[in-house]
Amino acid sequence: MSASVALGTAPPPADGPEVTVEPFVRSGGDGRSTLHLMVEGVHCGGCVRTIERALLADPAVEHARVNLSTRRLVVGWRGGPGLGGRIAATVERAGFRAVPYDPDQLRGADEVRDRQLLRALAVAGFAAGNVMLLSVAVWAGAFQDMGPATRSLMHWFSALIALPAIAYAGRPFFGSAFDALRHGRTNMDVPISLAVVLAGSMSLFETIRHGEHVYFDSAVMLLFFLLIGRYLDHRARGQARSAAERLVALERGFVTVLDAAGVRHAVPAADVAPGATVLAGAGERIGVDGAVIAGAGEVDTSLITGESVPERVAPGSRVFAGTLNLGAPLRIAASAAGDGTLLAEIVRLMEAAEQRRARFVVLADRIARAYAPAVHSLALITFLAWWLVLGAAWQVALLYAIAVLIITCPCALALAVPAVQVIASGRLFRSGVLLKSATALERLAEVDHVVLDKTGTLSLGRPTLAAVEAVPEDDLRLAAGLAGGSRHPLARALAAQVPDAPAAEGVAEVPGQGLRLGLPDGEIRLGSRAFAGPPGEAPEDDRLELWLARPGAAPRRLAFGDRLRDDAAPTLRRLEALGLEVEMLSGDRRPAAAAVAKALGIDHWSAGRSPADKVARLEALGAAGCKVLMVGDGLNDAPALAAAHVSISPSSAIDISQNTADAVFQGDRLMPVALTIEVARRARRLIRQNLALALAYNLITVPLAMAGLVTPLIAALSMSASSLLVVGNALRLQLRGQP
Amino acid sequence: MSNLVILIPIALGLGLVGLLAFLWALRSGQYEDLDGAAERILFDDDDDRPPARRGRR
Repeated sequence: MSASVALGTAPPPADGPEVTVEPFVRSGGDGRSTLHLMVEGVHCGGCVRTIERALLADPAVEHARVNLSTRRLVVGWRGGPGLGGRIAATVERAGFRAVPYDPDQLRGADEVRDRQLLRALAVAGFAAGNVMLLSVAVWAGAFQDMGPATRSLMHWFSALIALPAIAYAGRPFFGSAFDALRHGRTNMDVPISLAVVLAGSMSLFETIRHGEHVYFDSAVMLLFFLLIGRYLDHRARGQARSAAERLVALERGFVTVLDAAGVRHAVPAADVAPGATVLAGAGERIGVDGAVIAGAGEVDTSLITGESVPERVAPGSRVFAGTLNLGAPLRIAASAAGDGTLLAEIVRLMEAAEQRRARFVVLADRIARAYAPAVHSLALITFLAWWLVLGAAWQVALLYAIAVLIITCPCALALAVPAVQVIASGRLFRSGVLLKSATALERLAEVDHVVLDKTGTLSLGRPTLAAVEAVPEDDLRLAAGLAGGSRHPLARALAAQVPDAPAAEGVAEVPGQGLRLGLPDGEIRLGSRAFAGPPGEAPEDDRLELWLARPGAAPRRLAFGDRLRDDAAPTLRRLEALGLEVEMLSGDRRPAAAAVAKALGIDHWSAGRSPADKVARLEALGAAGCKVLMVGDGLNDAPALAAAHVSISPSSAIDISQNTADAVFQGDRLMPVALTIEVARRARRLIRQNLALALAYNLITVPLAMAGLVTPLIAALSMSASSLLVVGNALRLQLRGQP
Repeated sequence: MSNLVILIPIALGLGLVGLLAFLWALRSGQYEDLDGAAERILFDDDDDRPPARRGRR
């Protein structure tokens, strides 16, 4: 479906709650306002410039800045929130789709944590570098007769740097470890914290008694590497988060109810009694489920069915809450309102599906569960064996145990997964795919079944002019010029077809019928069959149409259809080549679905599926052991997106679908879906290689540490080497084949 | 030995300056948009102040 719910592209003015950007405008006390927008399609400095220039050309705008990394825009202007619409429209005119969001929701915990990690990383990096400088001196001194006094001095300097750094940079680990212990669990942070704290305090003890070996360098380097891993991991998670859920806003709002005497009352949508007569004006969102009593026209049902092409309604037709009346005013006999509507039902289905979705445990966490206890026991065994069995002094035994903890500390393990994830998601980001969920990559790699929605997924989900070549150039330009001023979906499609058509002056819009332009030699009309078409002829097919009537010429028909994405068929072939079963589930009528399935060569398909049917189908597949990727966009797909193993939405999808999906792809091409799976599979391979490398490293070094053979020098070398190896391996994802 | 007493603090001091410079850059919003910064250097009429700093004034 449609861009039609997106900001500004929504067909009619005013009422649709999602059209308004005002709620997202934040007003300062001094008459200034700020608006945060997510902008789609920004991919280079040129785009940044275009947007900023367009906005700064507005005299009210004080500053406008696009963040190219996050594709977000902050605009500040002098004046009230009312100007927000104009700002958003300016961005839109510059050729970019913009969606407002609430920065507080994104910032909150996330950005604070990001900063905290980065600061901790800087401190740990500083400490690691400088302590290493001193440690290298000590190691070199061991071969060149450095006196014990000088060595002690070096150790003291190291302590001076390392201890505050550990206290500061270790906080992200200490906090999480403490939380885990308090709840009687153990996680990866427990051995990390233990190793760092023990190494720090034991080294201090050694420094005080002028010992030979201190582990300050290992402790801070450990923190440094782990923080890199943690920061990358955090970045991978936070990269794309969608705008706030705004669906609930649709259920709020008032509807106009006519009482028996014909008097209008504004009633909250949820309080409308079944049987009441509700009036829906042109361009108004229908607030209740019901049947049309009087009036005929077109209704945009895209939010509910995903069908972007407006549906014709006449007395007797059923309409649903959340749909948009595009034509003449309708009188509707309400059958359900509030929680009883189809819209509310869909929301409930989706919440239920989300709860049912099995909690997926990422590979790294599964390893961590086994790893932490194993590491603890190994260190304990080392300590006890040296102290009790081999009769070493307890300090020496403890030092060996600490060496085991440091060596086993999951530096490589902590970098193994996030390094790959960050590179993979960066790679996808450049191809226009935003990963929203941290576990999405892993789940995508497991997929063996793809279920696609039809409208808006396989097709573009918006009406486009059919048989363009059959329409004379002159007529097309004239019609597009007329259509330029209207927000009706068909008029917009027409205007988009000929973007350079000169806009006609003095066009009047007749609501629900069409556009007219009075010229000296007669009137030009563009609109419905009744308004501008030939009198008394039945339509030859059920395609949507506009008619162009000009003086002295026969009316010309402009037919519209929903076009398939250009690369839909190649994408499906590529998905099949990846060994995936492809299936299409459509909410649309059977003939339409059959035509698409035939055109794209899809063997498994079904039509007329309700949201609940789709969820049922996905659950049946899941129960049969299939890992299903759901690709869909409409509200009707949202429950299915939540029920699937993993899900992807086009960025033209409504917010709620984007929120539900694990990944969002931009643009008119479908190929990113196949690309995402390919990258995910390669990422999985690299992650496994990395984990194998990390474990192999442990298998070699742990026996050495337990035997007491590991000096601080060996620990430092092996730790750096294994981390570099793992990161280098992850970088291979970027090197190979750029699609 | 005596030269160490001078040289080590100097080395540490220089490192510390680097650390503080990084923390300042982070705080003033220069790490907000690394991709954008790479492009903005090519703009003729760019306002090169990072956004967070302006917001705070």
